[in-house]
Amino acid sequence: MAGVEDRPILFASVKKLAQWAQSGSLWPAQFGLACCAIEMMATAASRFDLSRFGAEVMRASPRQADVMIVAGRVSQKMAPIVRELYDQMPEPKWVIAMGACASVGGVFNNYAIVQGVDRVVPVDVYVPGCPPTPEGLLEAVMQLQKKIRMGGRPMAPAMPSPEEVAHA
Amino acid sequence: MKQILSALEESFGDRATVSESLGQTVVQLPAAEIVSVVTFLKSQGFNMLIDISAVDRLGREPRFDVVYHLYHLELKDWLRLKVQVGGDAPSVPSIAHVFASANWAERECYDMFGIRFRGHPDLKRILMPEDWKGHPLRKDYPLTGLDPLPPLVHE
Repeated sequence: MAGVEDRPILFASVKKLAQWAQSGSLWPAQFGLACCAIEMMATAASRFDLSRFGAEVMRASPRQADVMIVAGRVSQKMAPIVRELYDQMPEPKWVIAMGACASVGGVFNNYAIVQGVDRVVPVDVYVPGCPPTPEGLLEAVMQLQKKIRMGGRPMAPAMPSPEEVAHA
Repeated sequence: MKQILSALEESFGDRATVSESLGQTVVQLPAAEIVSVVTFLKSQGFNMLIDISAVDRLGREPRFDVVYHLYHLELKDWLRLKVQVGGDAPSVPSIAHVFASANWAERECYDMFGIRFRGHPDLKRILMPEDWKGHPLRKDYPLTGLDPLPPLVHE
């Protein structure tokens, strides 16, 4: 390794590098369920500019997204669809519960609304507010980035072997 | 409006009772008459069905009021029809073949109150999931639902 110190070389573990890259290039799934989505749109637009945090590429397909921002109340009828979208997202993936409704059901303490989207999909970051300000959502994105860089969620699991697939 | 109401009373006699409530004309009628009354009123110019809903008067028998709102586009006047239904399986005849817009309104009423509309072309839930149990707008339906909260989902 002699002489390497003088050259422009960066040493890091692959895991750390991957986490750094993942945290700086979050692709949210583009969908909103209620009024929180308006604030999410504002967050992505020029004034708050989500792209400053590398998370502006909202994809209309869950297959191209790795962050699910649940923006709004989740009705019982929508819950299986949210879960299906989550299952369609490739690993590694994260979930932000945006606002009081997505976090705990909000003011809708009734039969029709899921009392927190964490009863449907695992949630990484909860954002309080009704609706949260764009700054609130930005803070959630930053918290999520921090969590990813700290290895808060495992990296993509290894592909299952054909034998495992056959037994599944 | 008065002509229509007197023609209504002429045709249906004491089976349709006309009264006034909150500045709006109300017609009380038995469930069996709803199709003929609505058909008659439509022929008289009440050609817009605004909504079909119900009121659960728990403790009263018959338990439910099914409420129809009609609008006369030329007279710009409203009419409210009320039908009382009860029993274990409350049901009224469907008017979906008179007003096509009744189709979804009756489905909503069935979904929320469990009132069956006999003769409806496709009486299934419209708001709640198809496998839902119970009818949420009934007064004896618990606000937070019948099922306990599902567990939290972790990784």
